[in-house]
Amino acid sequence: MDIKRGYYEDIELFKSRTILITTIFFFTFLGFLPWLIKKYHFLGLSIYIVNLITIHAIVAIGLNILVGYTGQISLGHAGFFAIGAFVGVILVSKLKIPFFISIPFAGFISSLFGFLLGLPALRLKGPYLAIATLGFGMTITTIIKHTEFFGGRMGIQAPKLFLFGSQMKDIHYYYMIVLIAIILTIAAIKLTKTRIGRAFIAIRDSDIAAEAMGVNLTYYKTLAFAISAFYTGIGGALYAFILGFINPESFHLIMSITFLAMVVVGGLGSIMGSISGAALMTYLDIKLQAIQDIPRIGSLFLDFSQKYMNVAGLSNVAIIIYGLIMILIILFEPLGIFGFWIRCKRYWKTWPF
Amino acid sequence: MFGQLIISGLASGACYALLAIAMVIIYKTSEVLNFAQGEMAMISAFVTFTLLDAYKIPFHWAIIITFLFAIGIGIFFELIFLRRAKDPSVLGLIIITLGFEMILIGFASWKWGPDQRSFPFPVSSIDTYNFKGLIVSKINFWTIILSLIVMLILLIFFRYTKLGLAMRATQQNPMASKIMGIRTKWILSFTWALSSLIGAIAGILIAALGVLDPPMMMDPLLKGFSSAVLGGMTSLPGAALGGTILGLIENLFGGYISLSFKSVVAFAVIVLVLCIKPSGLLAKHFVKKV
Repeated sequence: MDIKRGYYEDIELFKSRTILITTIFFFTFLGFLPWLIKKYHFLGLSIYIVNLITIHAIVAIGLNILVGYTGQISLGHAGFFAIGAFVGVILVSKLKIPFFISIPFAGFISSLFGFLLGLPALRLKGPYLAIATLGFGMTITTIIKHTEFFGGRMGIQAPKLFLFGSQMKDIHYYYMIVLIAIILTIAAIKLTKTRIGRAFIAIRDSDIAAEAMGVNLTYYKTLAFAISAFYTGIGGALYAFILGFINPESFHLIMSITFLAMVVVGGLGSIMGSISGAALMTYLDIKLQAIQDIPRIGSLFLDFSQKYMNVAGLSNVAIIIYGLIMILIILFEPLGIFGFWIRCKRYWKTWPF
Repeated sequence: MFGQLIISGLASGACYALLAIAMVIIYKTSEVLNFAQGEMAMISAFVTFTLLDAYKIPFHWAIIITFLFAIGIGIFFELIFLRRAKDPSVLGLIIITLGFEMILIGFASWKWGPDQRSFPFPVSSIDTYNFKGLIVSKINFWTIILSLIVMLILLIFFRYTKLGLAMRATQQNPMASKIMGIRTKWILSFTWALSSLIGAIAGILIAALGVLDPPMMMDPLLKGFSSAVLGGMTSLPGAALGGTILGLIENLFGGYISLSFKSVVAFAVIVLVLCIKPSGLLAKHFVKKV
């Protein structure tokens, strides 16, 4: 059933009719989601949250190409995210370039920095790479914070975008972001099946063996950084426009860790895993930020923090739970949601046995 | 001006050196890069602050309780989280320490809130000593002296005590030291306790030099890593030297070139060292075999 008889069978986007139908169903669901939210308050979501989830999914896919497929650790993706956000906004507000050019351009600038970071990263492995990328993320934020051109410590206002003469609202952003996300997702799935993707996987499994097989390490490692940074930069530009205001303080180390957490929770080396990881973690984050509003548990936490803790810091419960989820995932289900899904599938396939 | 810059550079360098030593001790024994080091130190500094501020305990008792707390948190992390990971990858270990970091920083921001506080250190930060024209603030002077004492104790500990010898043996070859009758698991817990303790000293000194708030260790963490990389990641004297050099370079850069881009130096040092001499200043270079 799962045996592949040819190359074209392997690179097919829809491997079976079930997948095709599920995909069509999912796209229809995405199309009707704003209506569901407006009419029934679907899961307590708002369009803004869905936009945020989609942007995080783009970033998680980009990070997964680097971490999950190529096996290079990055703790500096908040840096690329910041580059994308600031470049995207500045191109529109200062140079008056239309946003549909500025968003891909933000991605390209970000991927240029990814290429530059990839150069020293060539010689680094594991822990050293983590340190170097950590430093990169922090340095980018520092530089942006102290440069007047980027608005300095105060940050900058993103301009309002206009489409066909009318101002864009959350709902218009929603369709634009979902369209971009779908294109980028398909590109990522296709990428992992091509020569480049296979080279990435070979580098992840053993870079020395890959080099012996004729994979050019310099080229493919920097390429992985550049592609990953491209996705993150586009995510950053979109984030700046839906937020309307960005300041460098928000692109800190915790943000990089959050992105990594999405990838790890979703499952390393799985595009669909990244999307579900981003959705789950963003939803949890938004809901836990306002933990006092959750029925029953909320008042309990509020009482507890009034007695023993600090009410002003109550939203930080989200960070604690994030950290706990990361540790538990590594300890008990190292492949994340994707691994869980595979286990379920195998169970039902061989069901009576 | 030059003399002052050197002194304050040495003081902050001493803090980085202590953090770097704490990281190197763990990295040598268990190959884990501890990203939670900074936050463990931050929590310890907050514990001292609470004991002094809310419970009005005399300073030396507060310090002793904090040290016990730091030892406890180190052993707790090793026993509860790290030991349970079955056959973890490098990425897995990094993510576990990052997760612990998130838990600690979340807890600290929940418990103590986001406001900045000044740490009630018994040495005043305003008074100065005057050494023949060179004005040294008391706190800088005592930071340097305290760090030197800690490093000296560590040197004696590793060189002349049986436990120190057992730790060095475990770092070199866990299997052989197990056969020789060393309880390597016990040594591993002890390593975490020791590292957490040194980190706590660094945290208290950093809080005393600057301000106390939950994200205070974000920058020093990077600088601690930077010093450890500069020293070669596996060498304790290297880490001490690396921290001192980094503190000096950073302060001179801040004094003469640009104050606002001071923290970029740490990153530049990391990249340069890793590109030019990945083994650092004082460590032997190992080539990994397939």
